[in-house]
Amino acid sequence: MSQKHATLLVLAALIALSPLFFPSGYYYRIGALMFVNALAVTGIVILTGYAGQISLGHAGFAGIGGYACALAPVHWCLPPALAVVLGAAISAVLAWLVGRPILRLKGYYLGVASLGFGILVAMVLNNERWLTKGPDGIEVPDLGLRGLLKDVGLDLSNGEFWYGLTGIALLVGAWLALNLYHSPTGRALRALHGSEVAAGTVGIDVARVKLQAFVISAVYASVAGSLLALQNKFITPDVAGFMHSIEMVTMAVLGGVGSVPGAVIGAGILTLLPQVLTVFADYEQVILGLVMMLVMIFLPQGLVPSVLRKLRGKDE
Amino acid sequence: MSELLQFLFSGLTVGAVYALVALGFTIIFNASGVVNFAQGEFVMLGGMITVFAHAAGLPLPLAALIAIAVTAGVGVALNQLAIEPARGAPVVSLIIITIGASIFIRGAAQLVFDKQIHSFPAFSGTEPIHVLGATIQSQSLWVIGGAFAVFAGLWLFFTRTLLGRAVLATSNNRLAAQLVGINTRFIMTLSFALSAAIGAFGGVLVTPITLTSYDVGLALALKGFAGAMLGGMGNPKGAFVGGLMLGLLESLTAGYLSSQYKDAAAFVVILAVLFFMPQGLFGRKSTERV
Amino acid sequence: MSLLEIQGLGISFGGLKAVQDVSFKVEPGEIVSVIGPNGAGKTTLFNMISGVYQPGAGRVVLDGQDVTGMEPFRLAARGMSRTFQNLQIFQNMTVLENAASGFHLRERGPVLADLLNLPGARRRARAAEAGARALLARVGLERAADRQAGNLSYGSLKRLEIARALALQPKVLLLDEPAAGCNAVETEEIDRLIAEVAASGTAILLVEHDMKMVMRISNHIVVLDHGEKIAEGAPLEVSRNPAVIAAYLGTEEATHADG
Ligand SMILES: Nc1ncnc2c1ncn2[C@@H]1O[C@H](COP(=O)(O)OP(=O)(O)OP(=O)(O)O)[C@@H](O)[C@H]1O
Ligand SMILES: [Mg+2]
Repeated sequence: MSQKHATLLVLAALIALSPLFFPSGYYYRIGALMFVNALAVTGIVILTGYAGQISLGHAGFAGIGGYACALAPVHWCLPPALAVVLGAAISAVLAWLVGRPILRLKGYYLGVASLGFGILVAMVLNNERWLTKGPDGIEVPDLGLRGLLKDVGLDLSNGEFWYGLTGIALLVGAWLALNLYHSPTGRALRALHGSEVAAGTVGIDVARVKLQAFVISAVYASVAGSLLALQNKFITPDVAGFMHSIEMVTMAVLGGVGSVPGAVIGAGILTLLPQVLTVFADYEQVILGLVMMLVMIFLPQGLVPSVLRKLRGKDE
Repeated sequence: MSELLQFLFSGLTVGAVYALVALGFTIIFNASGVVNFAQGEFVMLGGMITVFAHAAGLPLPLAALIAIAVTAGVGVALNQLAIEPARGAPVVSLIIITIGASIFIRGAAQLVFDKQIHSFPAFSGTEPIHVLGATIQSQSLWVIGGAFAVFAGLWLFFTRTLLGRAVLATSNNRLAAQLVGINTRFIMTLSFALSAAIGAFGGVLVTPITLTSYDVGLALALKGFAGAMLGGMGNPKGAFVGGLMLGLLESLTAGYLSSQYKDAAAFVVILAVLFFMPQGLFGRKSTERV
Repeated sequence: MSLLEIQGLGISFGGLKAVQDVSFKVEPGEIVSVIGPNGAGKTTLFNMISGVYQPGAGRVVLDGQDVTGMEPFRLAARGMSRTFQNLQIFQNMTVLENAASGFHLRERGPVLADLLNLPGARRRARAAEAGARALLARVGLERAADRQAGNLSYGSLKRLEIARALALQPKVLLLDEPAAGCNAVETEEIDRLIAEVAASGTAILLVEHDMKMVMRISNHIVVLDHGEKIAEGAPLEVSRNPAVIAAYLGTEEATHADG
């Protein structure tokens, strides 16, 4: 069995079996939140882990995906499921338009350019009250799928339904990302990460494949934003905010930015952390900041690669 | 006309603060190659510590001095504890470290101080000054004057003193600087202290106008960063001019276009500059070696 | 019409004229060496020819078409590939993947097919890997195929770069100091490999400091000093040229004594 299939199998098993240990229905919700985050972070893994490009503005795409689900059903009578597709399409087009010029930039410059994009999206969502109702947020219509399932005899609680749906979405996302890794495109992305000049001399159109990675990761973020909005039945401009972008990148780097399992673990930890920290209320920020710094200082490659290295070190 | 003048004054005032943040960025960037997203927290600390020291009964100048000194210490600690141990880490990791530091400092400030909005009296009264139909707060003059003084001081420091030249040498080529006997660790410490002190000074100057609270840092950091990038990363002159321009731009946008989108103007211009002049306004073009 | 024509190529960095008015021609199957003291501008010349740097003056003509300043990836599609003096290995990939990336132009396909792992995508990837294995065997790296490239020795990485460049089946191959840092055995292998590749019709442009090797395998030698071409001709002719001897004696006696 290949590493890819092993990863997917373990992930599927975790998603399927974890509910056996849930003490209460509330945990379905946290699980679903984790999966949505992990999905967005998988997109970051493709962009940053495979291709080595930084984005500090990907929450902008999550915002677009989320607000598409809030607005399209109301204004254009689109079924919410199609609104997810519409959001993804808008994100993809926007990513293509924005990515073309900014992906020429490198390192911090790319970081700040993408950050600018994210902030602009958040600002529009905050300010165009006539459309978005502004900073207080807006209601999101029901997906309707749970009702359909009930009609065919599958009666799930709201928590169970979203846990299952987001779990499946994450599995699909992970499968696509793992496919990409070993594919010709994935090889080209990792090559340009290693050396852009050398990538060019073997015939890789660096600008083009970077843009592909950017668009793909934008679609991941957009779908994740849509699922989040549909699940909460409510969305505020904060999904598009700077802190959310940072959260995504931190999750990716925390787990180990090059790997899909890393994305899931990073997202898992950083989704749980605030839940645990609510006990400490006032200390939440201090602890969060400390965790971010300590992990990066002591495990600069992220949790998964560092742990793997330790394990291999013992073997030898 | 008087309206334009009014916008220019307020633009210069915020721009001066951005310029100070941008200068601080540049000093740390040159010394360590790190973009410090916690730069705005220095401004916050400068204001907040002064507020609380002043409230505890210290005279304002002394409170301000203490604030600047403490913040410089925080800057040094940031370097020793978080930046130096992560030397050579990838850019993304460094970004997360300094953003983590920013969140940490913000959280700590909220614990040590509180979540309220604070201020202290303007240095020379609140009587506004009238110039050609526009009114300007006397504190604005302090802010603008202070920023120019810092810039002039830095210029003298870097061009006229041996220590300043050692800092420049270190930022040009760390290894070569070590070889000629410069203590580069000390230079790093100095750079972080200086950068933090400049930020805190900005916080002291501007608090009577904009007020302060534990969470003002991040927005300032982003604007300062944007200013530094506008001018050309790593170039102090560029950072200063970039910061001022950003302030003017914001206030003109707020005045003539839309106050809601004044922040957008900043980022739109930065995107434009990055597209057409990826090295910033004052950066030099260079060919990457292979 | 020559395969590759360099016409009056030049570039400056700030005030420094790194390369100035260099012209020469390369025919199919020919081995042309560019030599000169350190800092003469050899690598810079390669960077301009391969599109990594934009030339400030002059033209590069490949197969009769002006390709001056064309991006490297377009030149690759037109049959030019190269190696680097300062290794440009994809450190984060395996040795096999490094070599397979040289097949990019033939293995690439619709990104959607890659995402969905469609049979076509798998076939393309497998074909590239098979080709890569054959090339690794050719440069003696077949046993390292699944190792992380970053862990290989310098000499091995030099050969890996050659394998990657050969994967493109280039018409013109630019090799920048392929034998630097290699031991005598490795140097001989590289020597043989270059001759083989040239015999198959690929034109080779070589920068090398090992004068024995240069004299032995070159058909034609171009000598640079301070960015300018000071001589060119057959190996024997060039080695007797007083200007060349002066350039080497003036700056790099050791190299000349060796040769
Ligand atoms: N990107 C660049 N920016 C500035 N100067 C450069 C750049 N690339 C090369 N140079 C300068 O151009 C000159 C020629 O360098 P080049 O690397 O081409 O020499 P070379 O002949 O390859 O030397 P060596 O034998 O040491 O490899 C040198 O003075 C070098 O410093
Ligand atoms: Mg060279």
